[in-house]
Amino acid sequence: MSVLALRALSKSFGGVHAVRDVSFEIGKGEFLAMIGPNGAGKSTCFNMINGQLAPDSGEILCEGRNIAGLAPREIWRLGVGRTFQVAATFGSMTVIENVQMALISHARETLRLWRPAAALHRERALELLAQVGMQDAADRPSRELAYGDVKRVELAIALANDPKLLLMDEPTAGMGASERHGLIELVKRLVVERGISVLFTEHSMDVVFAFADRIIVLARGRLIADGDAATIRDDAQVREVYFGTGKTFAGAAR
Amino acid sequence: MTLNAFLFQVLNGLSSASGLFLIAAGLSLIFGVTRIVNLAHGSLYMLGTYIAYSFATKLGGAFGFWGGILATALIVGVIGALIEVVLLRRIYRAPELFQLLATFALVLVINDAALWLWGPSDLLGPRAPGFRGAIEVLGRRLPSYDLLLIVIGPLVLLLLHVILARTRFGRLVRAATQDREMVGALGVNQAILFTSVFALGAALAGLGGALQIAREPANLAMDLTALGDAFVVVVVGGMGSIPGAYLAAVIIAEVKALCVGIGVVDFGFVTINFSKFTLVAEFLVMAIVLIARPYGLLGKAQAAVRSIAEPEEPIRPATPLLKALGVAIFALLLCLPLLAQGSPYLLVLGIDVLIAVIFAASLHFIMGPGGMHSFGHAAYFGLGAYGAALLAKWLGVPFGIALVAAPLLALAGALLFGWFAVRLSGVYLAMLTLAFAQIVWAAVFQWEGFTGGSNGVIGVWPPPPFDRSWVFFLLTLIIAAAAVLLLRRFLFAPFGYAMRAGRDSTLRAEAIGIDVKRVHWLGFAIAGCVCGVAGGLFAFAKGSISPETIHINRSIDGLVMVLLGGVQTLTGPIVGASVFAMLQDTVMRQTEYWRALMGAIILVLVLAFPQGIAGAIGSLWRKLGGRA
Repeated sequence: MSVLALRALSKSFGGVHAVRDVSFEIGKGEFLAMIGPNGAGKSTCFNMINGQLAPDSGEILCEGRNIAGLAPREIWRLGVGRTFQVAATFGSMTVIENVQMALISHARETLRLWRPAAALHRERALELLAQVGMQDAADRPSRELAYGDVKRVELAIALANDPKLLLMDEPTAGMGASERHGLIELVKRLVVERGISVLFTEHSMDVVFAFADRIIVLARGRLIADGDAATIRDDAQVREVYFGTGKTFAGAAR
Repeated sequence: MTLNAFLFQVLNGLSSASGLFLIAAGLSLIFGVTRIVNLAHGSLYMLGTYIAYSFATKLGGAFGFWGGILATALIVGVIGALIEVVLLRRIYRAPELFQLLATFALVLVINDAALWLWGPSDLLGPRAPGFRGAIEVLGRRLPSYDLLLIVIGPLVLLLLHVILARTRFGRLVRAATQDREMVGALGVNQAILFTSVFALGAALAGLGGALQIAREPANLAMDLTALGDAFVVVVVGGMGSIPGAYLAAVIIAEVKALCVGIGVVDFGFVTINFSKFTLVAEFLVMAIVLIARPYGLLGKAQAAVRSIAEPEEPIRPATPLLKALGVAIFALLLCLPLLAQGSPYLLVLGIDVLIAVIFAASLHFIMGPGGMHSFGHAAYFGLGAYGAALLAKWLGVPFGIALVAAPLLALAGALLFGWFAVRLSGVYLAMLTLAFAQIVWAAVFQWEGFTGGSNGVIGVWPPPPFDRSWVFFLLTLIIAAAAVLLLRRFLFAPFGYAMRAGRDSTLRAEAIGIDVKRVHWLGFAIAGCVCGVAGGLFAFAKGSISPETIHINRSIDGLVMVLLGGVQTLTGPIVGASVFAMLQDTVMRQTEYWRALMGAIILVLVLAFPQGIAGAIGSLWRKLGGRA
């Protein structure tokens, strides 16, 4: 059974069909990129999967269970983690407290009133921070971090509930080229080690073609192509969609 | 009730709706453009009534009355423009809590100004020249002035609609309501736009107030009553929507009028006087609307607030120094009864300070870490105080049980009100909590047979040995210390972290499985419960309780205490409450115009000390190289 399967998902805002009849699946351990020009419906699609928007019609099956219309926190409980396009942490906490917060929530301890939180799950939080290379910053206020480091901490938070699926909305947005590759390599390594499936949207084609196992392309709310890098590169429709938008695959195709 | 009587009440309601609409429309308009909830809007309304009264009686005649009403609208508009230019312009970029406080400071200043200018007694204006009579409607006599009011509401609505839809000014107002930054970026002179919108809103309030002179006497309580009503109307109608304000004004006014019209109904087993339930009915309407449409009938979801608050330091456990200081202060306070043998007043002051500390600490709990700026914390104080006092008075409940019951009653109230409050945020939450507190206050005030109305409950004294002030002081001290430590413990527990996570970013907290509403609801309930403890102690400390003590002023006092101490520090509310209570018991007792003094203090605080005392000391400490 696939980790996530979208079946004929649709959503419109007023008269605009943001997402029309989109279906695709993600297998276990798969690193799936969702690309498409601006306004293609990527964010809408994402927000329906993570629960911020309810679809008008269609199903979102997470290991066979329809999660369409559930609240974000319920979807998280089913093992779907996420990172945000604009990364941020809980600004009034230290780095490790941010991760501890996710672990506390995972253990369903958020309504506990007595034991100090600082002592809870500290070991596990340090482990997670070590995996993203942030253990040395554990006790710094998180709002002092550089943006690239915030992205790493966010990743550690997203891994706290042992997700089977990770949704990453433009994980490298706002990062420099070398930082960008570093982060995606890190994600890819963790994914392989833990057997997590990842669905990510991305604007930088070099990242997509270098790392994704499979690519799906959205345009004007419809899914127009689904396949590996070579298939997508040669797809006539995809070329047409991207032609004239200023983006070509020239760099990635070499 | 016959059909005729019903229709008559409908007409009655429509005439009240006009006044409500005028004040709510101004409030809504100002909020739409400047994003400031003008708490002084009720005060402008009150000024309208007073100024129009002066015109009508000093000039007299039709000219003094009708000309006076128009002149009043203009004068209040000018006052509004002055307020905008002198004060608000400085705080557009400040956190919204500070904006709310600054406008509340104006409420206090204007109230004392009215007291100074017009004196404390109610002033009833003359009847309207040309509209003295009444018209036979459905077999009853409807004052023709009411008929005029019925017409004025829709007329102003139409006029506003034309201005907003057809003029350049109106286009700018609509554009700014949608996106203020964009309007600025397009090169519109925002200063003039904001000032003129504020003047227009103020003039509407002034007009609304002025039109009331033939219906009700000008009095000093009008400002907050009108403000509470306007809040309910705006929340029901939707912030920033003028037609919504009219629709809501009509609904609220009709519901109230029908309650009065229904009057006493005998259900056989119980007799209910519906005319005593106008405020409860208002609350019910608001509650239903908020459940169905959280942003009001015709309102839209508020754009995300661009937070510009100071970044907050992570919380750390108390340093040894702080712990030692705490123990030392506690020990010193334990010895206070010995030191105070010569001056019993010191113990009274001590009890006041300690009760204020519990009150402020509980408010800080939801305001700081919870990010919920409650403008109605007095409600839970009142539930505790009245709960304890009434149990003791009517049922002869023993002292200990009454003290335990106080927080439980406050808890029940906080659970009920909090359920609605956590569904909103920012200014909506502030307005809703304030409206709830007004309802508790009004219920106490209206329900004379049970609560003693404006006289309150007297003769609530604790039994021996607690009738001695030093014993009561020690009891209060121990309870206060326990309450403060307990709240602190909660903040360091997972719950406190979850509450802060929800405040820092609701979206992200939900994305890691935290049920932010439930966490904040629990936080609200805990704060209300602890606040009830303060209320219970207060009733027995004073031996009496009156509506005055649970007035909105107490809610604001709490906010000032927390801000005075610093909202971002855990010790802040303790410092703030102590300083404030001492100031109140000493300096403010010296003058009749303590409200204006208080308003001045708030303004200085907001403009000069945004971090509060403890916050300022903290950053000074860090600057000097220490670790706070």
